[in-house]
Amino acid sequence: MDLSSISPILLIASIMISATPILLAAIGEMVVERAGVLNLGVEGMMITGAVVGFAVAINTGQPALGFAAAALAAALLSLSFGFLTQVLLSNQVATGLGLTLVGLGLSSLIGKPYEGMKTPTLPKLDLGPLSDLPVLGRMLFSHDIMVYLSLVLVAAVWAFLKYTRAGLILRAVGESHDAAHALGYKVVRVRMAAIFFGGACAGLGGAYLSLVRVPQWTEGMTAGAGWIALAIVVFASWRAERVLIGAYLFGGVTVLQLNLQAAGAAVPVALLSASPYLMTILVLVAISARGTHGAPASLGQPFHAIQ
Amino acid sequence: MGQPLLTLRGLTKAYPGVVANDDVSFEIGEGEIHALLGENGAGKSTLVKMIYGLVKPDAGAMTLRGQAFAPSQPAEARRAGVAMVFQHFSLFDALSVAENVALGMENSPRTRDLARQIRDVSEAYGLPLDPFRVVGTLSAGERQRVEIIRCLLQDPKLLIMDEPTSVLTPQEVTILFETLRKLRSEGTSILYISHKLEEIRALCDTATILRLGKRVATCTPAETTARALAEMMVGASFATPKARATTPGDVLLEVKALSLPAPGAFGTPLRDVSLQLRAGEVLGIGGVAGNGQDELLAALSGERLAPRGSVLLKGRDISRDGPVARRGQGLLSGPEERLGHAAAPNMSLVENGVLTAARRAGLVRRGFIDWRAAGAFADTVIKRFDVRTPSAQTAARALSGGNLQKFVIGREIVQDPDVLVVNQPTWGVDAAAAAAIRQALLDLAADGTGILVISQDLDELMEISDRFAALNEGRLSEARPVADLSIEKIGLMMGGAHDMEVAHETA
Repeated sequence: MDLSSISPILLIASIMISATPILLAAIGEMVVERAGVLNLGVEGMMITGAVVGFAVAINTGQPALGFAAAALAAALLSLSFGFLTQVLLSNQVATGLGLTLVGLGLSSLIGKPYEGMKTPTLPKLDLGPLSDLPVLGRMLFSHDIMVYLSLVLVAAVWAFLKYTRAGLILRAVGESHDAAHALGYKVVRVRMAAIFFGGACAGLGGAYLSLVRVPQWTEGMTAGAGWIALAIVVFASWRAERVLIGAYLFGGVTVLQLNLQAAGAAVPVALLSASPYLMTILVLVAISARGTHGAPASLGQPFHAIQ
Repeated sequence: MGQPLLTLRGLTKAYPGVVANDDVSFEIGEGEIHALLGENGAGKSTLVKMIYGLVKPDAGAMTLRGQAFAPSQPAEARRAGVAMVFQHFSLFDALSVAENVALGMENSPRTRDLARQIRDVSEAYGLPLDPFRVVGTLSAGERQRVEIIRCLLQDPKLLIMDEPTSVLTPQEVTILFETLRKLRSEGTSILYISHKLEEIRALCDTATILRLGKRVATCTPAETTARALAEMMVGASFATPKARATTPGDVLLEVKALSLPAPGAFGTPLRDVSLQLRAGEVLGIGGVAGNGQDELLAALSGERLAPRGSVLLKGRDISRDGPVARRGQGLLSGPEERLGHAAAPNMSLVENGVLTAARRAGLVRRGFIDWRAAGAFADTVIKRFDVRTPSAQTAARALSGGNLQKFVIGREIVQDPDVLVVNQPTWGVDAAAAAAIRQALLDLAADGTGILVISQDLDELMEISDRFAALNEGRLSEARPVADLSIEKIGLMMGGAHDMEVAHETA
């Protein structure tokens, strides 16, 4: 095999591209889980975002509109989850799984006419002198705007949770909804807002797949990215900065195994393709074995105000 | 006292099937400590929730300093100057002291300013506290300080305290009372909810007694005996446990230098714990919550296995036996948490009976549950311990705390154990049910069972124990005969001592 065919510059650049959709979905899901809600429908919301974003971008010729529509569509879908679990008190795990199935089915229905079509994609940003830097320019500073937005979003979520009162209330609701309720905070309202945000983020992640990374529509194109995003939230022990590390690590392994396949490594292709998922499982096991999790104490528990 | 601070007139609140408050009226004066007294289910919590804006009354009205007062949510009550220290459910373990305080305030200042305010107030009232500690690592007494300081920072006119002393050492109670008296002298009124009659007599100016949702009486507790108060509360006289003179028999349970690491981030390790429990004796183990009580129970019940040779039952090493094997050999146990640990909340009383009594009471035949025998077993427990429930098929969570507690303790007693280990057998249980449970434990000991009672209620331990030992940070003091002890000595054995000195210096 020929490892010299792997260019480090291109490798890092493509890691950033490949990590972005998972990063977007994971940071949204992390906020949802910090509010104490376990939404297993990330995969369904992502693929809904992917197909809606793709359809809108084709019909309007504007990828930016595609992203906006994707976020809105997935957020609306997540609200149905919110209504079922927060108002009607349905089981969060079962409802989340249902949401994934609905999303997968709905997306193939909407996406049928768009198969094989080409979409306008996001332009690379020109960051002036930064983009002209010798190595770093190609590596870090010549991506499209969503890559940078996703990074800004992580920083914003981090600051929101750490420094703002609203962030404190969100964490409090996830930590003990009974205590938060006793202090007079609107548990259901806070959780609905978090679910909406998580849905919008998953939609953006999905649209990034269909509009930038691939860019095409194929049925089931998220291929488990939503599940990986869920795993990354656990991997990150519900901390924004670690979500970033987790997403880039996973993106890194994905890109690396593709490069190794291309370079003709003497490892079965099936094993290489499975490696990102295997690594996710291994990391999760290692983290669980370590003991400290940092999971919000009310995660996944239904809240029913008894008065 | 002039014009009252808060007047309640005809407050009524009904829930499906039960009237929680029925036409309750009374007044709380300015600068008065007013006790609210009643059994579990007497309607104290509902009443307090109405004052704090968590529950809307069906009928009746309140006036605060002459103004109509009808808070629709806690924020409104807080703005009007009503603050509340909850019994539980209001602190966030994973957040810091400052964050917890900020959540309870209407407009919280920046963290740095808030931390300074917390330090100032905590020193002014003799309640030392580090604003940046994570609440999950605090002791029960310190957690309560967080709640009190959260209230004090808002300069309340009325402070509501729901069972504040249930988890404190005698020294901590003294400090709390000093704080409350200081607040009273500054003109703050306090509504003080408690079961503990002696405390109310020592602290409160006035007491209102509720029974079955109705106000029974308002009196001056200092001029009333504890027994009279208790009888007003219960509505009938109840039997206090009879002291007995038994001679302890052979050693049944022996623990030798048992050490176990902490089970989790907020747990306590057991350090070199040794004890002997004899037939017919009640050994009381006191200590402030979170000093290894749950861990000791888990090590004795078999939920956590202990190092070989550290736990012996009748001379036989049972350290590596699980709970089922230990039950088989006659060591039964009842943990503190009724719902979720001692009983499965959504399962019926019959099913909960089978869960611990399957083998000893012969409720399983050839691997199948003998439902008729199981039903008879549950009925025996219900009848013998006066468990008030519609039927044995009722889900455990539907029972009130006191009745479920009678059931889970009774379930073990009916199985005729050689050794019974119980943690907080009367926690959150009203006076009559508590007396019944204590009497049952004493009767069991009189029949030759060795009983180990872990409790935070010192009065209870003094009443029923032959010997007393205290847990402090996972270490168990030497057991001493109760007859030789004073409540002050016990407080020192419980080892809150070093912590308390700090508090006194700053007070």
